[in-house]
Amino acid sequence: MNSLLEVRNLARYFDVSPPWLNRVLERRGRAILKAVDGVTLSIRKGETLGLVGESGCGKSTVARLIVGLYAPSRGTIRYGDVAIAGEGATTDARAMRRARRSMQMIFQDPYASLNPRWRVADIIAEPIRSQTPDMSKAQMATRVAALLAQVGLAAADGVKYPHQFSGGQRQRISIARALSTNPAFLVCDEPTSALDVSVQAQVLNLMRDLQRALGLTYLFISHNLAVVHHIADRVGVMYLGRIVELAPTRELFANPQHPYTRMLLDAVPDLEMTGEARTAVAGEVPNPLDPPTGCTFHPRCPYANERCRRDVPALLRSGNDRDGEVACHAVAEGRLPPRVVQVALT
Amino acid sequence: MSPAAEPLLAVEGLRVEFPTRRGTLVAVHDVSFEIAPGEVLGVVGESGAGKSITGAAIIGLIDPPGRIAAGRISLAGKRIDNLPYEAMRTVRGREIGAVFQDPLTSLNPLYTVGRQLIETIRTHLPMGESEAHKRAVGLLEEVGIPAAARRIDHYPHQFSGGMRQRVVIALALAAKPKLIVADEPTTALDVSIQAQIIELLKRLCRDHGTAVMLVTHDMGVIAETAHRVAVMYAGRIVEIGPVADVIHRPQHPYTVGLMGSIPSIAEERERLTQIDGSMPRLTEIPSGCAFHPRCPHAFERCRRERPDLLAAGATRAACWLRAA
Repeated sequence: MNSLLEVRNLARYFDVSPPWLNRVLERRGRAILKAVDGVTLSIRKGETLGLVGESGCGKSTVARLIVGLYAPSRGTIRYGDVAIAGEGATTDARAMRRARRSMQMIFQDPYASLNPRWRVADIIAEPIRSQTPDMSKAQMATRVAALLAQVGLAAADGVKYPHQFSGGQRQRISIARALSTNPAFLVCDEPTSALDVSVQAQVLNLMRDLQRALGLTYLFISHNLAVVHHIADRVGVMYLGRIVELAPTRELFANPQHPYTRMLLDAVPDLEMTGEARTAVAGEVPNPLDPPTGCTFHPRCPYANERCRRDVPALLRSGNDRDGEVACHAVAEGRLPPRVVQVALT
Repeated sequence: MSPAAEPLLAVEGLRVEFPTRRGTLVAVHDVSFEIAPGEVLGVVGESGAGKSITGAAIIGLIDPPGRIAAGRISLAGKRIDNLPYEAMRTVRGREIGAVFQDPLTSLNPLYTVGRQLIETIRTHLPMGESEAHKRAVGLLEEVGIPAAARRIDHYPHQFSGGMRQRVVIALALAAKPKLIVADEPTTALDVSIQAQIIELLKRLCRDHGTAVMLVTHDMGVIAETAHRVAVMYAGRIVEIGPVADVIHRPQHPYTVGLMGSIPSIAEERERLTQIDGSMPRLTEIPSGCAFHPRCPHAFERCRRERPDLLAAGATRAACWLRAA
């Protein structure tokens, strides 16, 4: 299968230094936050790539880099056959516009991402207006009604304001707006995290139906492993700005390789584990301003040795016939013991 | 924790009202349940179900103009819902500890955690400064804060989110309460930290025999922590029973839908069960059973009459389908 989006060695650094005067008086250096530090991934046409990780791991920054809300500090992003950002980005404005138009983003908070003073029909029509300014009013109204119907709302809802809708309905409006320009690729940053579970189920089902019907490709970012397990075809696990493991969903959940992935999976509370003791997870995510040397996970890793503290592991295809990649010296050297699977008692 | 034991907390017919310009909103309707010593009762529901208000009523923190309009709340046989403000302040802290969702707003940013702990301890227990300091260090150690003796002099902003929540739990435990009301204690935390906090709550329950009322929207947390669970919908308990029964053999159609809508990492499903529509607003609670407009099995009686909690399987459910 050919890839729709290719991200190579992508990095984004933020300068979070104190002001110049403070630096001089307090003799402090610059502080650079490496929010994303060398991420490489590709997304195939029609698939859903899930990106999981804890807060501060850089997953939302990756989303924002891809849709162009941030410029990369290093690396390239290719969409189709166009390099849209980073080194060697195209200077052809038309090719760039075409690529940008075919990607849209859905944000986490359906309360903050819709303008409260606009009617829903105007919110949904805005991207169309900027793209095809000469569309007639009647055509526009038909298109907006069709979009509303597509996400399970009534055409008459277009005259209402966002506050007249519940959280789930608002997220449907966000999806309709994202779909209004007929995009091929949607970047979804925690689209269901602000919703109640029963409403989350509605939105996840809707997203899956739309993917089938329109052949969409998703980058789905979430901190919720169960949601990613449900929706994604492949999953990347991020830790402190890097991808530590990337594998097909079934593979990743059945046979996690990286010690961090294993730890995350053990930590997920699950309905099947009633009364089950979870493996206590040691430690916390370190300060990203001062990340550990070598493999950034080594202070929390039970298998860390000298090499882990020294060298940064590369994301490598992990042994045998496994269709996944993992960045871990212990896995590469074959010194990681097999995972002890907790048996669910029901 | 035998079910025959004298309940530590008994809530009977609790009703919480909020008078507004457009009439009185009833946020909690005729809610009754008990918690035994050492028991963890999970209270789940979606936003607006009334679960947090129920918790707030128990700790006496309903903000005016909201008020408890009916019912009684008894702690260890003593009625606490009608206590005057000062007496309730003593009960809260001394006998009931509270843990809230956001650890940053539960702590005073201007005082060191040690000062807050010592103040709480000395308010409730007859202890001198140095004795209280020793207890404070002991509490921080107990909730798993490394280098507690040094960390006690730090301010809340110097702690990470997970560590702050540990400090809040230490505060709740300061006066050795018999009951802790924890309202979404893990919601603001990452999964790996969440697991640590849940483990901590469970251990404290076991070691001290403290009962916990755990209010959360996260069924996974309940599954791992609680002994019994109450499911709330539109201000009422719609189902209550042992946790394994409610999860694996839910009786109320809302509970069935709720369980089906939760994605799981243990199984693959093509589609999640969806409950169409959303929780009704307090201003427009439907007649009869409040769930009937969203219920796939609703019939005439559901629209007309409101069901009470009836024995159904191993749980009790408020549903006419279960009426014999």
